[in-house]
Amino acid sequence: MNKQEKERYLRDYGTLKSQGKPFFPYAVAKDSAMAIVVMAVIIAMAIVLGAELGPKADPTSTTYTPRPEWYFFFLFELLRVIKPPALVPLATIGVPTICLILLFLLPFYDRGPERRPERRPIATTAGIFVVCAIGYLTYLGAAAGPPTQIDIPVPANISSQGPEAVANFEAGSQVVAQSGCAACHQFGENGNSGPGPALTDIGARLPAQAIQRTLLNPSAPMPSFSALSEESPKQFAQMVGFLAALK
Amino acid sequence: MAKIKLPAAPSNPLSSPKRPGKEYGPSGVLGHAEEAGASAVDWIDERTSLSGGLRWAMFRKVPKGTNWFYTLGSATMFAFLSQAVTGVFLAMYYDPSATRAYESIQYINNDVFLGEFVHGMHRWGSSVMVILIFLHMGRTFFFGAYKYPRELNWVIGVALLVMTMTMSFSGYLLPFDQRSYWATIVGVNINGTGPLVGPYLSEFLRAGPYFGATTLSRFYAIHMLMVPGAIAALMGFHLYLVAKLGTTAPPWIKAKAPEELREDKVTVDQ
Repeated sequence: MNKQEKERYLRDYGTLKSQGKPFFPYAVAKDSAMAIVVMAVIIAMAIVLGAELGPKADPTSTTYTPRPEWYFFFLFELLRVIKPPALVPLATIGVPTICLILLFLLPFYDRGPERRPERRPIATTAGIFVVCAIGYLTYLGAAAGPPTQIDIPVPANISSQGPEAVANFEAGSQVVAQSGCAACHQFGENGNSGPGPALTDIGARLPAQAIQRTLLNPSAPMPSFSALSEESPKQFAQMVGFLAALK
Repeated sequence: MAKIKLPAAPSNPLSSPKRPGKEYGPSGVLGHAEEAGASAVDWIDERTSLSGGLRWAMFRKVPKGTNWFYTLGSATMFAFLSQAVTGVFLAMYYDPSATRAYESIQYINNDVFLGEFVHGMHRWGSSVMVILIFLHMGRTFFFGAYKYPRELNWVIGVALLVMTMTMSFSGYLLPFDQRSYWATIVGVNINGTGPLVGPYLSEFLRAGPYFGATTLSRFYAIHMLMVPGAIAALMGFHLYLVAKLGTTAPPWIKAKAPEELREDKVTVDQ
């Protein structure tokens, strides 16, 4: 906006303002009515939905799938959409930080005098796109249930090693399923395709030693399974064995 | 000789003269109460001169065309106030230690009078506040209300949005159940992947390299002292700027000069 446009805006605004009504009591009445609605909604939600408490936090447990509050779903889903591991920092910090900077600086790069949404096609389109993107990602996050079932057929080289190896493989599959790995990793048909890499053929890409190291000392945001290895070394070994057998 | 009639003596020469401006002066209990109230307000105003500012804020005009979309900001503030009040009551019973936090919330839910209700109001109030702040921001964006001369107020508003999200993130850990614990671990790890400040930020949040006994009290201090104080201060500044610059009119409302001042209507007496 140049000086002339600024002055015209201030003049027009002054006219509109002088034709308006005083804040008290007209705007205050509307605001109070809205406050009553807000209060009623909060009270209704508190009564209907309550404030149930889950099981107590247990740092040694790994059978819990982390899930943020629903209004963080869109940030969480961003991790799923951007898959390659090299780009994970971009999804976790990069994109949100860039969006935030763009949001902060909005009045400094959008300096046009036009205010009507239908005459600001770029701004309005961008705004609608962001609203839709956030809505869609939130929906995806809400729809992606934490899968607890992993159906992978026992590979031929395991079944040829006898019933004990098969039992170990199946036990490992159960530990992995209960640990909520499938919330972020894909296992064949099961699990979500991100934020973590697909583990369908992880055994072909990494030796068992490397898998174990990753489980104990993962790169963020994956939680560490060192508690499980201390609490129950057998289950941890089954987990590593199962993952190493995925080829 | 004609006698001059003396004027009648006043009925009670000791009674004080009537107050100017009022026909009968304070009378009855109500009148005296009004008088006492007025003089108390006068006493405060003589020392603070607050009435000018209050009149400036309350009797400023809002432009023509102001509609229900313009109540979203004050509704957000109201949700914040509700969070503050319910939060104070929860803080009376909450114990921010890793061993006692879960039990104290259980105590609030099961034993405290209306405890679960207030806890529920606080929990769902956060969702309501987040929705309202996004709606308020959407209104500001689509109406172009962030443009000259209100750029600074937009920047403050975005800061308030970030702080509101910080509030919900830090409050999510406090019940200390499985859900909040694991979600917070992942959230702090995500912060840690950031460039440069990331590792320091997550170490600051965890109060150390690992999630430990002091993490919870750190989140509690952030949640109930640091961020709400900043929110209240910035909200005050936000409101001051709103009162100073005025709320915008809807963008489709055309300013029309008052009829009697339009050039073609003004007639000059010859």
